[in-house]
Amino acid sequence: MPTPTEDPTERSFVRWFAAGMAAFVSLPAFILMAAFTGFGGLAHASGVTLAQAVAMSGLIWALPSMVVLVGAIKAGTPLLATAIAVSLSAVRLMPMTMALVPIVRDERTPKWLLYWISHFIAVTAWVFGMTRLPSLPRPARAPYFLGFCMTLTTVNMGVTAVSWAASAALPPAAAAALVLLTPLYFILSLWRAAERAPTDRMALVIGMAATPVAHRLSPEFTLLITGLVGGTVAFALGRLLERRRRAEAVVGGTAADLPGDLGGTGR
Amino acid sequence: MNGPFDAIDAPWWPWVFILVAGWLANDMWRFLGVAFSGRLTEESPVFAYVKAVATALVAGVIAQLILYPTGDLAATSASLRLGAVAIGFAAFRLARHHIFVGVAAGEVAFVAGWWAGI
Repeated sequence: MPTPTEDPTERSFVRWFAAGMAAFVSLPAFILMAAFTGFGGLAHASGVTLAQAVAMSGLIWALPSMVVLVGAIKAGTPLLATAIAVSLSAVRLMPMTMALVPIVRDERTPKWLLYWISHFIAVTAWVFGMTRLPSLPRPARAPYFLGFCMTLTTVNMGVTAVSWAASAALPPAAAAALVLLTPLYFILSLWRAAERAPTDRMALVIGMAATPVAHRLSPEFTLLITGLVGGTVAFALGRLLERRRRAEAVVGGTAADLPGDLGGTGR
Repeated sequence: MNGPFDAIDAPWWPWVFILVAGWLANDMWRFLGVAFSGRLTEESPVFAYVKAVATALVAGVIAQLILYPTGDLAATSASLRLGAVAIGFAAFRLARHHIFVGVAAGEVAFVAGWWAGI
């Protein structure tokens, strides 16, 4: 390797960026595009304009938050309560970012670039980054990741626009099927993502079950109620379960505190 | 549509709504993540709690979309929507947690049910 300290040239930044763009063609990216197709349909059905829907995709770039925002707008939730609900649905982005940054950064990566990169962190890009970047040389990581992420986001802004416009022209059965994509996709992907986290599975089930009750209590604040109450109950149950498992493990011998142990024997 | 989202009759108000409740509500976490990178772990109980709340919140949105839908989906029966989702979930389990298979099965069931007049 010649001159390891002096500039990884402008050219190599561009080259790695282009390589990241090419990596966009992948199964996870297509699954995400299908999900964004659903969001375009949902936004249209909820009275959100085309420009607003595309802006949400680009500015928020996290489907759960986007769906929460649109749901809150539709339910007539006040600004502050909406901001709280959306923030709660987005907190996971913080630990995700904290875990990814040490992998993406090079000692020469400027802080502003890290902040810019962080905007593109959401589940699909995060999994991509955590699995692909460690095998790349340090200076290549930021441009490669950015190439992938910016392509993913731009394409999905386009998908949002097309599906929003299409759902206005589609026959009712197809438009309805498009809106149904979002809940279907989320149930399945959350269920799978929570494979090793029984607490999250309980949160998923309890949150759904609590919705009709919360809706009867207060349509505007349904989301906050289900999130806080459902999440708290699921967390408490999860702790109880974990404690019981640990107690059993202690009897067995090598207990310690392996968080990975949680749910390892689950299914 | 009317409600807080277009409560203030100005073209910029929905954008303020989107910026505050959308962009800021998300990017503040990402920016905090950059600022604190490497200091807190995902295994801490605080994050387990936060994750549970976030999951329940999104679960609430999912349930709302199925139980109190909008647009063309509102014209369908609750049994059709719940049935389609249940079939999708069953297919997903049978296909060893393959999301695409589950989504496709649910969608096919939904369209078939629509034409069958359920």
